[in-house]
Amino acid sequence: MLIELLIGLCLLGALVVFTLPDRYVPTAALTASLFPLVTSFVMLAGFDASGNAFLGGELAYETTVRWIELAGLTINWHVGLDGISMPLLVLTTVLTTLAILTAWTPIDARRSQFYGLVLFLEAGLLGVFAVLDFFAWLVFWEAVLVPMYLLIGIWGGPRRKYAAIKFFVYTNVATLVLFVGFFALVFGLGDSISSLDMPAIAQALRNDQLGSLGGVAPGTIKLAAFVALFAGFAVKVPLVPFHTWLPDAHVEAPTPVSIVLAGVLLKMGTYAFLRFNFTMLADVARQYAQLIALLAVVSVVYGALLALAQQDLKRIVAYSSISSMGYVLLGLVAYTVYGVGGATFQMISHGLLSGLLFACVGVIYNTTHTRMVGDMSGLADRMPITTGAFVAGAFGYMGLPFMSGFAAEFFVFRGAFGSPTIGSPLLTAVAMFGIVIVAGYLLYAMQRTLFGEFRLDTDYEVGRARLHDAVPLLVLLAFTIAIGSAPDLAFGMIREAVGPLVEGVS
Amino acid sequence: MALPEWLALAPTIVLGAAAFALFAIDAADPRAENGALLAGTATLGALAALAFAGWALIAGTGTEEPITLFAGQLVVDGLSSFFTVIVASVAALVTVSSYDYLRGRGDQAEFYSLVMLATIGMSLMAAANSLVTVFLALELSSLPSYALVASLKRNRGSVEAGLKYFLIGALSSAILVYGISLVYGVAGGLRLDAVAEGVATTDLTGVLGVGVLMVLGGFAFKTASVPFHFWAPEAYEGAPAPISALLSSASKAAGFVVTFRVFTTAFGLDLAGVDWVLAFQILAVATMTLGNLAAATQETVKRMLAYSSVGQAGYVLIGLAALGGGQNAGVLGASMLHLLVYGFMNTGAFLFVALAEHWEVGRTFEDYNGLGTRAPVACVAMTVFMFSLAGIPLGGGFFSKLFLFAEAVGAGFWWLAAVGVLNSVISVYFYLRVVRAMWIEEPGENLGRIGEYPVGIYTAVIAAAVVTVALLPGMFLVDGVASDAAAHLF
Repeated sequence: MLIELLIGLCLLGALVVFTLPDRYVPTAALTASLFPLVTSFVMLAGFDASGNAFLGGELAYETTVRWIELAGLTINWHVGLDGISMPLLVLTTVLTTLAILTAWTPIDARRSQFYGLVLFLEAGLLGVFAVLDFFAWLVFWEAVLVPMYLLIGIWGGPRRKYAAIKFFVYTNVATLVLFVGFFALVFGLGDSISSLDMPAIAQALRNDQLGSLGGVAPGTIKLAAFVALFAGFAVKVPLVPFHTWLPDAHVEAPTPVSIVLAGVLLKMGTYAFLRFNFTMLADVARQYAQLIALLAVVSVVYGALLALAQQDLKRIVAYSSISSMGYVLLGLVAYTVYGVGGATFQMISHGLLSGLLFACVGVIYNTTHTRMVGDMSGLADRMPITTGAFVAGAFGYMGLPFMSGFAAEFFVFRGAFGSPTIGSPLLTAVAMFGIVIVAGYLLYAMQRTLFGEFRLDTDYEVGRARLHDAVPLLVLLAFTIAIGSAPDLAFGMIREAVGPLVEGVS
Repeated sequence: MALPEWLALAPTIVLGAAAFALFAIDAADPRAENGALLAGTATLGALAALAFAGWALIAGTGTEEPITLFAGQLVVDGLSSFFTVIVASVAALVTVSSYDYLRGRGDQAEFYSLVMLATIGMSLMAAANSLVTVFLALELSSLPSYALVASLKRNRGSVEAGLKYFLIGALSSAILVYGISLVYGVAGGLRLDAVAEGVATTDLTGVLGVGVLMVLGGFAFKTASVPFHFWAPEAYEGAPAPISALLSSASKAAGFVVTFRVFTTAFGLDLAGVDWVLAFQILAVATMTLGNLAAATQETVKRMLAYSSVGQAGYVLIGLAALGGGQNAGVLGASMLHLLVYGFMNTGAFLFVALAEHWEVGRTFEDYNGLGTRAPVACVAMTVFMFSLAGIPLGGGFFSKLFLFAEAVGAGFWWLAAVGVLNSVISVYFYLRVVRAMWIEEPGENLGRIGEYPVGIYTAVIAAAVVTVALLPGMFLVDGVASDAAAHLF
């Protein structure tokens, strides 16, 4: 029942916050977000799952209740956690609480609506990682769009309306495409499944129980469904060339929303890749592994090159997400413990690091009212905490040992080089080269904005970060270093869940 | 003690009683000020009908073994009770909100009794089991509707809309009755089971085909489907907003229930002479595409909703268009669920427009700018309606629409689902326009007049929103009823 409690607490918090007067809302929202946060850590402490949720593993906090039944379509309320979803759940609660803290300075209008929507968003995101029935899962997957659309649209920058509708339409189209693809599989399976339970579907598909549907052969259905699902999730991730909504959404979104967007929302896409394309349709994924790896490498390099060309700090961080997500895909398609486990670890690591960098950019923007690299320099003296956090986060991104980025990238490359599916090590080598570009743009941006002589083209007083601005930075940094120096904190349970997936792949 | 069988018609009987009570009140006390009494009587009648029909579903009256009445002219089964629930719910919402909408007008008793009479017609359409009762019930629901659309006598738009609605309605009634006569000529019977027997052995397939297509045309008028849809935007826009809600939700649902029953029971899936499933496929694609594309180009909210309701009818038509693919009960059940949710979300949206008309904020999207800051509760409700209509899970519309697409894929009609998906994407654009105006845009100057909060319309709008949201987790309450009722048709 803990998962229902977790989601219920977020919804209840959203409802309470939504009705409170603006004056009390920031504190109330922070308090409301602490309940799910604490619950998620309690769940982490009592976590006792083993194996992979989709491959017959033992789940933690599992509930199954029959929900809806319509002539052959049975939908259960089936929730449960394994070693892949548990860390993502914790990531969500941590980042939401910190995002609420970072909102204290920049959000000064219609606060009750803002914080209410953030908590509503949290409920949706938690559901995506915890629900195991397709239709129930889709409810949460789609429900996320509503608060995100409004958060970008109401509190965003000058081009917020365009960015919000673009985000909504892109991701909505993607969902409908994957929906049709998935149902071709469901009806192709016919009587071999009795509900839309995703683990059951995954096992039926892996046991080759797919029949033909409307005269189309099973192999074709599988391939078509794989493409539909892949395209659907690629928009969310995003992969080049489906990425164009991302910089718009990020640049226009207020900082706290960017943190959740980059930190958790993008992970919905990679998480779904892992569960659908790489678990349910593993044979198709393995068959086309080299093509997928190529797509991943293109995303890494192209995303990094795009970041290199930006002058806006926020855009730089936004584009860097595209290359990080490329690494996730590369790890997934490698089909080794380190590859898939490293990809999952990278989801957590990137959530923390991109959250940290966005929070830093947010603090800088709130103080200087500009994000353009050319408008400022030498902020280090005036803003020591923020500068320190930004530099640390950037080095974490580049893969400094003892920070989570190092462990994540090391795992992914280790897994990809030993991969039975990707074949030639050349692709991995090119992907590794992407780190050099990442280092290039981050160092260049830091050198110009943070170091050198102080100069600021806007008329604002620059002072030290306030407590509620500094806390998120320091907490995120602490988490990054913790799982960077002791990766097994997260990787232990991830490895447990990934094991059955890569077993017997050669 | 066994209850007499005619009591199965209790929902229709209480609606009739409410209509007569309204006449009696008007005769005894023909003043305009007793709006509360009139609205109360009408609402009570609708709610009682709702309760009886809901009770019939829960108690299983006729759901296993249909109860036929009056020598088989009427039938009470799961299908009829399910649609009576929809029709009565919409009627209750409409009468509650009319309390504010009609304030100060002298013809309130007539208004409410016409609404009741139209509702009786719709509930009889749900129960009609012969082509004669189908036609009579359809006329009983249509004739009061013509008058209601034109009931704003001094408003040129309203009168024009009423006239157009009447002319097209009269034409399509003529087509329907001619079609019925051709079918009768071939089948030699009017009861649906007699027609089924007659058409199975006939060799007059040509005449039968023409008759079936003409009957289909008559129903297309009632459901506002292409090619008989073009009265709908005019009538919905010109009519008083609560009447637009009644027509676009309840009347459409009633049109669909006769279509479901007549085509599956009387004509059957293996009808010689005409492939009516193919006709519905063409209609479904044309209706949803045309409705959604037209809705995307509108400037006023009410007209957008009018075209959107044409588009939604297109989704419902998938239920008939995907028959014969092995998922018959599934697709038809999904259509019924969609009509149920649609009854609440679409009625709610039109009643929100009634609220805006009451405040005189204006008719275009831009006039709604910043409304969320002034009337947050009503705007949250409208946001729920818009997202639910767009198939986003803030309401039950998500489930019902995606059930339709899913079952279409399951029946092998993946291309129908694909067309539905494309339409769904187009529809996001115009539904979100309303959301954007209310919450994202800066408030305009026209919002100054929002001072009072009419209790009737508010109650109706919020009730509709609560049900729309509740149908998302609560879909399990109605899913079995819908699929059982659909399964009994085959």
